[in-house]
Amino acid sequence: MTRTRRGGAVTLTLPWPVWVPAVVGFGLIAVPVAGLVLRTNWPDFGALVTTPAALDALWLSLRTGLVSTALCLLLGTPLALVLARSDLPGLPVLRSVVLLPLVLPPVVGGLTLLFLLGRTGPIGQLLDAWFGITVPFSTEAVVIAQTFVAMPFLVVSLEGALRTAGERYEVVAATLGASPLTALRRVTLPVVLPGLVSGSVLAFARALGEFGATIAFAGNLQGTTQTLPLLIYIQSQNDLDGAVAMSLVLVVVAVVVIVATRTRDVSGVR
Amino acid sequence: MTALTAALALAVTACGSSGDQQPARTLTVSAAASLTDVYNALKPSFEQADPGTTVVFNFGGSDTLAQQVVQGAPADVLATASTRTMQTAQQAGRIAGEPVTYASNRLQIAVQPGNPEQVTGLASLVGPQVTESVCAPAVPCGAATEAAERAANVMLDPVSEEQDVRSVLQRVQTRNVDAGLVYVTDVRSAGGQVQGVDFPQASAQGAAQDYLIGAVAGRPDADLADRWIQFVTGPQGDAALQRAGFTLR
Repeated sequence: MTRTRRGGAVTLTLPWPVWVPAVVGFGLIAVPVAGLVLRTNWPDFGALVTTPAALDALWLSLRTGLVSTALCLLLGTPLALVLARSDLPGLPVLRSVVLLPLVLPPVVGGLTLLFLLGRTGPIGQLLDAWFGITVPFSTEAVVIAQTFVAMPFLVVSLEGALRTAGERYEVVAATLGASPLTALRRVTLPVVLPGLVSGSVLAFARALGEFGATIAFAGNLQGTTQTLPLLIYIQSQNDLDGAVAMSLVLVVVAVVVIVATRTRDVSGVR
Repeated sequence: MTALTAALALAVTACGSSGDQQPARTLTVSAAASLTDVYNALKPSFEQADPGTTVVFNFGGSDTLAQQVVQGAPADVLATASTRTMQTAQQAGRIAGEPVTYASNRLQIAVQPGNPEQVTGLASLVGPQVTESVCAPAVPCGAATEAAERAANVMLDPVSEEQDVRSVLQRVQTRNVDAGLVYVTDVRSAGGQVQGVDFPQASAQGAAQDYLIGAVAGRPDADLADRWIQFVTGPQGDAALQRAGFTLR
């Protein structure tokens, strides 16, 4: 990188070979989304995105996405701490298991959940016999599927943040007499807060767009398990205008969430 | 240079000598996914009767196949699982002559073997005692399900509306639902894993699904396409279709 002196201040300039692939990469993502905007039936847009099915799906997606993100935080934060700070034997194996949902096709994840928690699955059978609970085809199943695919995003971001931050502040806190729990609460978590926020945003975005695991495990029923991506897919079979309009709603929700939290995230770092 | 000429001459001769035999011809058939087993079973005897001919299949959803033919996909025969999709290709001027309606598929209620919930018709599925899964109304099998519901004057309460009929079958096979509305051919394909229950409204207007076949217009091997159509709609084709659970027309 080159440093340019401008009125005494030093600014970093990106070398020119960075720009061309950056523009191509941006275009690869932005152009199809722009195509979505062009393909939208604007005169009927309002009617298309306010059908009862569309509103049910949007509301369900927001609700399940938020609950899944909360679950990811609750379970993923300790998991990231174990991966980054503990000296358990076999950590690399543990880490690769945690990352599996990133590699697995989501439908496979959904099927494995179905085989485990379905009516004839080893756990599903017990739940059915003891409590009369059927997990598939319920809103809870949507949350489980979303948490399954979204959790690695939070764990990876947070583990990265924990490793970058290092242990020196925690060591200082310990020498000053802080208990491990106090050090975690007062030192570690505040230091990695930006990583926690960006990890949560990633997890929420992934949960919002979740399709394969949900349709395989939770099924598809308006108001109960039909999230926005499921409705868009089903709708695309015979009503492309409706599917495109709802896709745009999904894009807008995702952009709003990412922009809102990213801005705060950056100011938090400063 | 001379070596190259010699090699070329040799290659030309080689080509010429193979031309003395039957010319190798390929017939491309775009067919609805539900015909996969039947068509694959018919392929060997057709190829045997017509040495040098290879039949290649392009299986998929009828809507997709019709769109592909309209866009000029190199298919010689189009076999759809609905009248509407065949009309799409016809209206675009892509079908030579009149397509033939040769078979139909009707809905059946797939239940666990032995029918433990004693399902006898659509009305037995209503209520929380019997859980069922159906196709979403937006897909063809879902439209057929809605037509049957209207004819029976019954409102089903499915736990899930699947994106295709095979997913409904999978729910019953894995015993996550008690019953599912699928086609007779799907029940047959599942072997003994599910049992099919007939119900009268399966033959109601809009509930049965017609199978049409037509030759694609403007293709070089039109005679070959016609032979395949005759073969599929002839005695051997009929037997294979019936074995799979189709109703002949």
